[in-house]
Amino acid sequence: MAKNKIINWKPDRSKFPDIGQDGKPVVDLASQKYVKIWHGPNHPGVTGNMSLELTVNGDEIVDAKTHVGYLHRGFEKLMERRKYIQCFPIVCRMCVAETDFPEYIYAAAVEDLANIEVPEMAQWLRTLVLEMSRLQTLLRVVPGQGGTIGLGLGVQWGVYLRDLILDLFEELTGGRIYHMYIIPGGVRGLLPDGFKNRMEEILKKVDDYVIRLTSLMYDNAVYKKRTIGIGVIPTDWVDKYGIVGPNARAAGFKRDIRKDNPYLIYGQLDYEPFTTTESDIFARAVVRLEDLKTTVDLIRQIIAKMPLNGDIKAKTPNVLHWKIPKGETYVKSESSRGEFGFYLVSDGSEYPRRINLRGPSYTHAITVLEKLLINANISDVSALMVSLQTCPPEIER
Amino acid sequence: MSLKDILSPFSAWKNLALEPVTVKDPLNERPGAPRYRGFHKNELNECIGCGTCSDICQNAAIDMVPVEGIETKAGDSGLRPMIDYGRCCWCALCVDICSTNSLSLSNEYTWVNSDPEVFRFIPGADKKSWDANELGWKKPDNYNLNEPLRVKMEETAPDEREMSFLEVVKGYSKEQAEAEADRCIECGLCTATCPAHMDIPQYIKTIRDNNLEEGLRIMYQTNPLPEICGRVCTRRCETVCALGHKGDAISIRWLKRYIADNVSFDEYEKILNEGFIEKTDKKVSIIGAGPSGLSLGYYLTQRGIKATIYEAKEKAGGMTMYGIPKYRLPMEILDKEVEFLQKIGVEIKFNTAVGKNISFNDLYNNSDAVFIGVGFESPYKIGIEGENLKGSLQAIEFLREINKGNKIDIGKKAVIVGGGNVAIDAARIAKRIGAETTILYRRRVEDMPADWEEIEGAEDEKVNIITQAIPVEIIPDEKGKVKAVKYLKAKMVADDKGGRPRPVPIEGSETIIETETVIGAIGQGADYSFLPKEFEEKLELMRGRIVTDSNMKTSLDKVFAGGDAVNRTADAISAIADGHKAAIGIEKMLLSE
Repeated sequence: MAKNKIINWKPDRSKFPDIGQDGKPVVDLASQKYVKIWHGPNHPGVTGNMSLELTVNGDEIVDAKTHVGYLHRGFEKLMERRKYIQCFPIVCRMCVAETDFPEYIYAAAVEDLANIEVPEMAQWLRTLVLEMSRLQTLLRVVPGQGGTIGLGLGVQWGVYLRDLILDLFEELTGGRIYHMYIIPGGVRGLLPDGFKNRMEEILKKVDDYVIRLTSLMYDNAVYKKRTIGIGVIPTDWVDKYGIVGPNARAAGFKRDIRKDNPYLIYGQLDYEPFTTTESDIFARAVVRLEDLKTTVDLIRQIIAKMPLNGDIKAKTPNVLHWKIPKGETYVKSESSRGEFGFYLVSDGSEYPRRINLRGPSYTHAITVLEKLLINANISDVSALMVSLQTCPPEIER
Repeated sequence: MSLKDILSPFSAWKNLALEPVTVKDPLNERPGAPRYRGFHKNELNECIGCGTCSDICQNAAIDMVPVEGIETKAGDSGLRPMIDYGRCCWCALCVDICSTNSLSLSNEYTWVNSDPEVFRFIPGADKKSWDANELGWKKPDNYNLNEPLRVKMEETAPDEREMSFLEVVKGYSKEQAEAEADRCIECGLCTATCPAHMDIPQYIKTIRDNNLEEGLRIMYQTNPLPEICGRVCTRRCETVCALGHKGDAISIRWLKRYIADNVSFDEYEKILNEGFIEKTDKKVSIIGAGPSGLSLGYYLTQRGIKATIYEAKEKAGGMTMYGIPKYRLPMEILDKEVEFLQKIGVEIKFNTAVGKNISFNDLYNNSDAVFIGVGFESPYKIGIEGENLKGSLQAIEFLREINKGNKIDIGKKAVIVGGGNVAIDAARIAKRIGAETTILYRRRVEDMPADWEEIEGAEDEKVNIITQAIPVEIIPDEKGKVKAVKYLKAKMVADDKGGRPRPVPIEGSETIIETETVIGAIGQGADYSFLPKEFEEKLELMRGRIVTDSNMKTSLDKVFAGGDAVNRTADAISAIADGHKAAIGIEKMLLSE
């Protein structure tokens, strides 16, 4: 793998249409030189409900535009008409892939403004749930990166293991996808009997899976050919466009909120974020695989260190008319895609004045993807998009 | 790119030798986890229809609906949650907030039907296959969305209050009141049960919002004596409070007192005078300045009708003035409320006994309506030998004399007979004036009609309570003074008619307790001797109480009645409610033309 020496990279636009005054390429479709095609919203290669409007010249993309709006949601506005407790079942819907992160940051934001200290036991459980959430999403996304170029076998293995993790979620939280477990003030239950043993059994299978997947996908000539050197994110984009998480770590930026601004009990856990500098699709896949290994290790550490019993919820005022003191706060956490944060404003009433979600996909799927797609081949679109790990529900919040 | 990269992916072929991992028949082989949030269940008999599930549901998936076979009653709205599975998101907040723990989720998760209407159903009433399923989501232990326990009220220490008439209950501070008010779930079961239908959730809300003036205004809409009720109300609201099922009921009475105590008396007129209509030429005479008469006076004045109250004694308040000890209701509180009523135009003629100082006919002929609020002032006798001995008293008279400031010598030992609030009051007063005090009650402690807080207070003050004891004789000494009480022990026998268990004396269980004073406190009756013959004959009574319609009108033309003389509950709040109802009835009669 070549070192990433490309700084201030710009695409070769010699055979591309001229850029008009509005900064957009002037495309004369009547010339029959260019064709517009829609990639999505119903397309197996699109992550969730979004679509890409591609202008192609042959099979090369000359312009790309991301479209969202297929979910018809508007959660942020919805929450302004909900009491704080009523927002709790909504927030998890903001990110279907990792429902626990919005749950956690919402709870943490409310607790921050209301000045509530969460019991230690609840903090351990929250950390465990967040790491389990990361694990289940990585089990889907890591092989999914191979899936985008036709390597479906790893996905099948991964989905099976993910289901086992979802079984554990079901035992702990009562739900498989929408856990609604991290509630402002604490969590909604202790670990069931035998949970730790069942977790360890599954983690062993995940260890084995990592080995099998490495042989299948990472030591794979086809996958390497299709991904190395493709979709390179230049290092200067990272700060310019707010690229976070694995995408930034693959470009050599050692950034991980769990390490840089430890929250919950991450300060008591021992690990090092993995970084590489190639910044192409393959590098990002490698970073995600390392993240998966780290997560397995973190879950083992949490399970070994966590107390057996304790309070799961701090005393809160009556949730039916809970007034949060006036103020504003920004709370963030490191999701599998990077910084995930809530900006919460309270005007002192029973309803949030404003909630804004800072999801990594907003930048990754719109700003970055639109730029990366230019000059790319149509067959690489899905691989590029999945390598950025975009999640439309959090764009369209 | 190495040779390894070409060969390595083929290692996946070895998976062909592995057993498949899929579940063949997931619907049957894969039940939900024990905590799974599946379909709703509801124990209809435990559910009280408080509607918090409906309030907390952010999807508006829960409607409260009437259910056949479930009647509205005290503490039960008669409604039950109907769940719309087109809207439900299975967050289970409805289960977590449920005030009786009747609502839960089963771990069942498959339900197939071609008719979309069936997915809107009433759990518990519409029988489902998962109703008997024990597993599923229940509210976790040590996890509450609202505080189950009430804020403790500070009291004067028992040893300090034993020998004084200091007010026992100190009242909430601002922080305490706000914390207690915060617990309210605003279900309104209290409002439905309160005889005066006070808008309790709304005035509790004003404490949270720190808007006590509004709270006072809300209270006066249905109760012009909130400071009295804030101290001595029998608070049926608290017995039905939804929070009482899993924890403590809200201290509604103390919160009411908090509002009344913390609004400056000088502000009352400014806050409350809005909504008074112009004065009319109608006049109403009220007999008795007890809670019903005072309440009527206020609401008549509000309606522009001149109210004149005739009171036989030197102070207003009736039983609340003369029957309730000052450690529960300090005299100045009553005076303050009465002063306010006089200020707004209610005329009170003290020391004016109808039938003695002024005739009923005079009142009747010179007023547009007359209200009888004379209460129950004549004590019932125990009906045993020796009741006329020196040293045998009636509790009502005993309390009245003490409240007037007179001294009564009850010696070193006193026995009180009865288990109501009057008995407990008499006992706690006897203790305060230095006697070793014993209560004889024929049933068990849990059967006592007295307020549990009063019973606890008496126990704290070391009043001896002997239950299942039926007095049979008061034994005199040689000077004809009370020397001892003889009583029989009783066993409780279940009532065939489904009433509360009856005490039956055990033969040969006579016990003698020495005492210098016996105080009877087994109840009171009315005295209608002030009425002229022609009225008394026509006045319809039932078991000593005046019969009225829903507007408190009696069988006599333009005569209304209320208070203890009418309702069996015999408490201040019912009397206040009667006053309000009578005001509405009188207004209808006089001003509707």
